[in-house]
Amino acid sequence: MSSAENDLYQEVVLEHKRAPRNFGHLAAPTHRAQGTNPSCGDRVAVELQLDGERVADIRFTGQGCAICMASTSMMTEAVKGRDLAAAQALQQHFRAVLTGEEDPEDAPLGKLVSLAGVRQYPSRIKCALLGWHALMHAIADNDGESVSTEEAQS
Amino acid sequence: MAEVLGSAGAAGPHPRPPFEPGAGTLPEGEGVNTGAALLPRSFGERAGVRGSHDLPVTDLRAQFPILAQSIHGHPLAYLDNAATTQTPLAVQQALLHFEQHDRANIHRGVHSLSQRATDAFEAARAELKGFVGAGRAHELVFTSGTTEALNIVAQGLWAAGPGKAWLRAGDRIIVSGLEHHANLVPWQQAARMTGAELVILQPDARGRVHAQDLQALLTPATRVFAITAGANATGERPAYEQMLRMARAAGALTVLDAAQAVGHDMPPLTALDCDFMAFSGHKMYGPMGTGALVGLRESLQLLYPLRLGGDMVDWVSYEAAGYAQLPARLEGGTPNVTGAVGLAAAAQFIDAVGRQAIDRHLHALRAQAVAGLSAIDGITVLAPHATQATLVSFVARDVHPHDIGTLLDERGIAVRTGHHCAQPLHDHLGLGPTTRASFALYNTAAEVDRLVAAVAHAIKVFQ
Repeated sequence: MSSAENDLYQEVVLEHKRAPRNFGHLAAPTHRAQGTNPSCGDRVAVELQLDGERVADIRFTGQGCAICMASTSMMTEAVKGRDLAAAQALQQHFRAVLTGEEDPEDAPLGKLVSLAGVRQYPSRIKCALLGWHALMHAIADNDGESVSTEEAQS
Repeated sequence: MAEVLGSAGAAGPHPRPPFEPGAGTLPEGEGVNTGAALLPRSFGERAGVRGSHDLPVTDLRAQFPILAQSIHGHPLAYLDNAATTQTPLAVQQALLHFEQHDRANIHRGVHSLSQRATDAFEAARAELKGFVGAGRAHELVFTSGTTEALNIVAQGLWAAGPGKAWLRAGDRIIVSGLEHHANLVPWQQAARMTGAELVILQPDARGRVHAQDLQALLTPATRVFAITAGANATGERPAYEQMLRMARAAGALTVLDAAQAVGHDMPPLTALDCDFMAFSGHKMYGPMGTGALVGLRESLQLLYPLRLGGDMVDWVSYEAAGYAQLPARLEGGTPNVTGAVGLAAAAQFIDAVGRQAIDRHLHALRAQAVAGLSAIDGITVLAPHATQATLVSFVARDVHPHDIGTLLDERGIAVRTGHHCAQPLHDHLGLGPTTRASFALYNTAAEVDRLVAAVAHAIKVFQ
């Protein structure tokens, strides 16, 4: 088995890719945003139902690679029911781990640590962050505007 | 070819050593077929295309030192040639030779090196005009590649400004729906800047464009028709000869994107009803950042120069300037002289090997890949009918190209994944991103077997 199959495509990642959690639309989202990756055309849209400062519910739609789908799926599980500050802190830790600024052992990532292998594959980091970009933009505003990983990464 | 200009002098006063196809030795490990065991039997043999007996691939591989390396413990199988081919020693030596003996600025100094550099640059121009079959009515302008060449055309037709530019409000620009973004986005801008109308020659559901559809779009207002000689995303080879003829007959300027075709057996420019042809060096075994715009002199004359400044003027006062004649008119600033020399060496290399022999080999590899990939459950090959293609693009049910690409890289196989700068075509065909394997003269049937086996494995992992 190749190192990509060990490090990048752990079973939990493939399982989320095959059966993404919180996939679909919310009946009455209060916030939403779409992220696109111009180099491959991947699109992920995140819908939120915020209750004050709390993520009462979250869904996502779109298509992407296994890393993108699994990362977004795990993200929805991780932030659902938590407050916005916790979601933002988690995003910062996740991003810092992928960009090599934080050791995965030290970061409070929970199940998301299974995606830490992505940091060995620089061309795939934007795949893992696409859903998170959409989440951050959904939190920041509600105009439904598209965001791009190419811009957001720089 | 009405005006075949010989290779004499292409190296300037210090001739390069001639290319010898038999020189060098093959590194150990080449051709190791790590994936064949996964297949019921060789797809290549089943397709009857295993041998390419008239191309000395083993000897040719030795001319490309970059191929003799391992990636993640596997011999590199470089199948991303539609993006960038590798350079042979002959090209690398030409670059080094110029840098070590003749480098200086051109068309300026009276000193010996400047004269030698100028001679080398102009010899490269002559060599490349011969390579594409340009005639006496044609001129060749060096560019940084196809994208710049197409921008010089599209922008040159509006940059003179309202009332002066060749393109005007109400004109029609027809662009095929197979195009790379480089042959679409500049025309979108041209239409916006002039009030011209941009019309797309829509492909059918299988990604083919048809002459009768073009006929229906051609109007007296049609001023430009732009099409590719080979679609980089699918391998589709449109009947561009016929369509260029129809468009010119209707009074349009004709533009051919030859980026995917120029290193292959294609008609000489003199046989095409083509006003402008663009190509890149890095897709024909030449240096990156090189290329050319070749066209009829009278058509090139219509283009307002985009790069104003040194080397493209006849006279300059503080208030105004007179622009130089072609080709200098469109080559403002110091060009990539070393690159031009290397590009000419690449053209010589291709002709020494033989374009028809190269193409027979590539068509066989493509047929082998199409047969092997089509046999995998869940794989759909794009444009399977395009037997003249030198690449194969495919989609896999429920498996994303990026994931396939990563697992292929694990096995040392380099392919391209994504939209290949042709997003509208993918949208038109109802496809997401694709995986593309593209072949060059140094690729082998064993590498295609590895590709097919690795794709079959990736499907198993992800589905």
